[in-house]
Amino acid sequence: MTKAATPSRHSGIVAAVRGVRAAWRQSLQLRVVSTTLLFSVMVVGLLGALLLARVSAGVVDAKERASVTEGEAGHAEAQGILDAADTGATTPSATQLVDAVATSLAGRAGNSGLYEVLLLSTGPRTGAEAPERGTNLVAESSVPNDLRQQVVAERRIAWTYTELRYLDGRVVPGLAVGSTLSVPGVGLYELYQLFPLTQEQATLDLVRRVLGVIALLLIVGLVALAWLVTRQVVTPVRQAAQTADRLSSGHLQERMTVRGEDDLARLARSFNAMAAGLQEQIRRLESLSRFQQRFVSDVSHELRTPLTTIRMAADVLYEDRDTFDAATSRTAELLQTQLDRFEALLTDLLEISRFDAGAVALDVEPIDLRLLCRRAIEAAQPLADKRSTEIVFEEPESPCVAEADPRRVERIVRNLLVNAIEHGQSRPVTISMAASEHAAAIVVRDHGVGLRPGDASLVFNRFWRADPSRARTLGGTGLGLAISLEDAHLHGGWLEAWGVAGDGSQFRLTLPRIAGTELTSSPVPLEPADGSTRVPLPTRTAPRPSSVPAEPSAQDDAAHAGVAEPVGESRA
Amino acid sequence: MTWVEVPSGLVSGQELTRPADRLVRVITMKARIDGTMTTVKGRVLVVDDDVALAEMLGIVLRAEGFEAIHCADGAKAIAVFRDSRPDLVLLDLMLPGRDGIDVCRAIRAESGVPIVMLTAKNDTIDVVVGLESGADDYVVKPFKPKELIARVRARLRHNEEAGPQNLAIGDLTIDVAGHTVKRDGQPISLTPLEFDLLVALARKPWQVFTRDVLLADVWGYRHAADTRLVNVHVQRLRSKIEKDPENPLIVITVRGVGYKAGPP
Repeated sequence: MTKAATPSRHSGIVAAVRGVRAAWRQSLQLRVVSTTLLFSVMVVGLLGALLLARVSAGVVDAKERASVTEGEAGHAEAQGILDAADTGATTPSATQLVDAVATSLAGRAGNSGLYEVLLLSTGPRTGAEAPERGTNLVAESSVPNDLRQQVVAERRIAWTYTELRYLDGRVVPGLAVGSTLSVPGVGLYELYQLFPLTQEQATLDLVRRVLGVIALLLIVGLVALAWLVTRQVVTPVRQAAQTADRLSSGHLQERMTVRGEDDLARLARSFNAMAAGLQEQIRRLESLSRFQQRFVSDVSHELRTPLTTIRMAADVLYEDRDTFDAATSRTAELLQTQLDRFEALLTDLLEISRFDAGAVALDVEPIDLRLLCRRAIEAAQPLADKRSTEIVFEEPESPCVAEADPRRVERIVRNLLVNAIEHGQSRPVTISMAASEHAAAIVVRDHGVGLRPGDASLVFNRFWRADPSRARTLGGTGLGLAISLEDAHLHGGWLEAWGVAGDGSQFRLTLPRIAGTELTSSPVPLEPADGSTRVPLPTRTAPRPSSVPAEPSAQDDAAHAGVAEPVGESRA
Repeated sequence: MTWVEVPSGLVSGQELTRPADRLVRVITMKARIDGTMTTVKGRVLVVDDDVALAEMLGIVLRAEGFEAIHCADGAKAIAVFRDSRPDLVLLDLMLPGRDGIDVCRAIRAESGVPIVMLTAKNDTIDVVVGLESGADDYVVKPFKPKELIARVRARLRHNEEAGPQNLAIGDLTIDVAGHTVKRDGQPISLTPLEFDLLVALARKPWQVFTRDVLLADVWGYRHAADTRLVNVHVQRLRSKIEKDPENPLIVITVRGVGYKAGPP
């Protein structure tokens, strides 16, 4: 299809999507496992995120408090140093003061690098008059501008998270606590204590890693669990499905294995009980059917042998009837004609019994339906001549080949033709055919008495007559159309009838062109093209015989063309 | 004309020649039959367990100028066949003693004599099994006398159609007059029917024969008949003349139409 036509990447994707969708629809296990995967990822993710948030909040809060406290303490100490210096008679130089503060704070921070210190002048910086200090090469850019503005504007201790930048290029996450100092003789200074969060970062990283591993293990565990659990349930179910498949394909011995006492074991036991019941039923039916087939076959043989003798004897008498007296001669004639009738009836009865006993087999081969129709027309010609009916064959130019049983299909067509001739009131009978890719149809149309409303569904019934009060006129057995319908069904085909009283009828036989395929439509409509152009009759309001499977004109015996010659039979 | 009923104890041809050992019933026929009795058109062996039917068959066959021999027991049929050397065998498929199918195979194993089956069953399986066991044609009970006689005549008629006497089909050569088929000088044994079928195809190698045409040409059916006859006999013919019957080169199937001869 499209895939073959355009073997592009696009179609590859489409095929893959289709495959996944098919797998999704077909595998309960896949659905359960993927659902479990999805939900466990969501839940574990959510829990992990919450946990991580709590842990980092805890860790960072503690650090915050400690840092701010330390910041306040540092600020107090620095301001203390400055205040102390201010009270003296001699005011030390700004450089001395700033160095003293920086040294002192650096001492508080210790060598462990608890925090870094930055002393920045807020006022105009004029070289030695307002020296700035920092510890351990920490860069001024470590302090965000926002914080500086806040500290200067509000003159109080403020803090924020930042990144500590060192002049040697290192960058670590950290926390900046800022405050202002007034340095005598110089003016306003800003003091920043920068606390690196290296330790906390490491802790959180560890927690994150651990959480990740746990989450992964949890998800894998849950998915594996789901897989195992569904497997326990799905495996017996699949086995049941498989067993049912094999049962339905005729392996009646097939059973499920029963293990344990649980629900699944009960399922298996019930299943097996059902299978045993079915097997028993089928066996009974089979033996019944065999018996019936055997019986039909025997009856057939037992009846036919003496009938053959009678038939031949009657024929010899009939041939010599001229030499008999009038009464005996007429007797020989009656014997002959009624034997014909009896024989046709017996043949049809035996044929339909074979259908009932299921003793029929389809013998398909590819056949050109045109040849087959020609043969059927040839067979029906004597009757047509007798009834002064013209048979018009609208023969297509090209072969119309279908896989079918030629004898059966020919018998159907012959029955339809005979039926049409018998009820066609000597008007022409048309036979035509059409084919589509999957189906072939043969249509027989007559313009005779037609079908009364409602009769369309009855014409295929055995021994059905449209008008029971009317006597059987021609030699129909009343089984011809019933046999034809059985033959059509045997092919997986349709035999349908359309008819309007006074407007004739049309029969359509539709056959699959490949044996065994299912019919979905017929290449020709059931209702003839000329069907609706006819003068409306009073009965016309009545339903057009719906496309009930097979129904021909409802003539009394009419329907019974009675030509159902046994399929194996050939008459020279 | 005589209606010869062979007693069940009879086995050898020598005994047949001794009138005391056989039961001979002379049935007086109508004058009309007697008048035509001067020439015998052929000898027909009827193998059927139903005595009434067999007798009736005898009457009808004799009326048409045939000589009829009856055997009611399948087990003795072969012996009677050997003794009487009939021109045609009418064989009921359901026989006591020995199954009709077996009898058919046994006769076919030693002779190409035309065999027409009488059968009460027309299921495909029965008919096809009968044909495959060697029968040339069949009639289904109940049949009309004319129908039966037509079948018998068709099988006994020798179709001496004008035409070349030496034909080639595939890698086979056919001598029509001598009724022989050879491959590389080696004769292949065919029944007369199979021979006729092969000759029909070989005479017109350019033509595709429908089954109906073959039924008319070879079997003599004037109206449409059972195409299974053709199918089964083509299979039998192929099994004798094809090197690989699964991939025939001499009798080729034309799907949906019929058969044609392979190129020489």
